[in-house]
Amino acid sequence: MIAILAFYLFAVLTIASAIAVIFARNPVHSVLWLIVAFFNAAGLMLLLGAEFIAMLVVIVYVGAVAVLFLFVVMMLDIDFASLRSGFTRNLPFGIIIALVLLGEVIVANSAWQAGPALSGREIPAAKIPNIVALGQLLYSKYLFAFELAGLILLVAMIGAIVLTHRSRTDRRPQNISRQVARRPDEAVKNLDPAVGEGMKL
Amino acid sequence: MIGLTHYLTVAAILFTIGVLGIFLNRRNVILMLMAIELILLAVNINLVAFSAYLGDLTGQVLAMFVLTVAAAEAAIGLAILVIFFRRRGSIAVDDVNRMHG
Repeated sequence: MIAILAFYLFAVLTIASAIAVIFARNPVHSVLWLIVAFFNAAGLMLLLGAEFIAMLVVIVYVGAVAVLFLFVVMMLDIDFASLRSGFTRNLPFGIIIALVLLGEVIVANSAWQAGPALSGREIPAAKIPNIVALGQLLYSKYLFAFELAGLILLVAMIGAIVLTHRSRTDRRPQNISRQVARRPDEAVKNLDPAVGEGMKL
Repeated sequence: MIGLTHYLTVAAILFTIGVLGIFLNRRNVILMLMAIELILLAVNINLVAFSAYLGDLTGQVLAMFVLTVAAAEAAIGLAILVIFFRRRGSIAVDDVNRMHG
């Protein structure tokens, strides 16, 4: 009973916040609704018993992706009102396409059934925790794909840095190599000024 | 009783909302990227639901890889957005025709 209630709570909240994402006037609100959608989708995954993926969704999507979106939205000074000009023009066409797509996917879903090897098979209850099972699978059978995923993230990181990096001329940054190359005899002078004469630097 | 079809329907609705978001916000790239994130989230829910109901963990491994690609895509997409904004002072994308590709 509580599982059914929890499912409907998470499902309704996920869909409602997803609708709010695309219809919100302020992009900052869109990002915040996106975070709500991610949390509720993580709840759905928890109900399915996929604890690790649920936590990963919270950490990666909410902790990294949504914060990145928020950062970019707030950093760029954009006139968002002008970007909504085509909204009402696209609305009827977009809703028709969305409804057709939704009908297709739901028909496909209801027509779905497991193949002969799987239908009617009793799913055995999990003996080991989800994270342990996933780790054993990930570091044995899918080790190469796992390393490849890490490589993708590395390429994305380097790509983002290379794309956005620029050498600015309007400021004078610290020149670390020059600072390190300084020797004490050229940096420090030992003076013995006479009283009342001051000293020349 | 909540079955596989319930989860698939939620994911289908989420996917459709993402596609609708791309259609509606044709000029705002940030919202388009967010809609893509919604689509990938729907894909993830599908993968995890099938994984749970078929008793096969491969779906969850695949969901992890989808998550990786989603994070990489968001980072690269937003980086391109930032340099585009620096050049043009706007992120309206329906008139991106500078390269005349």
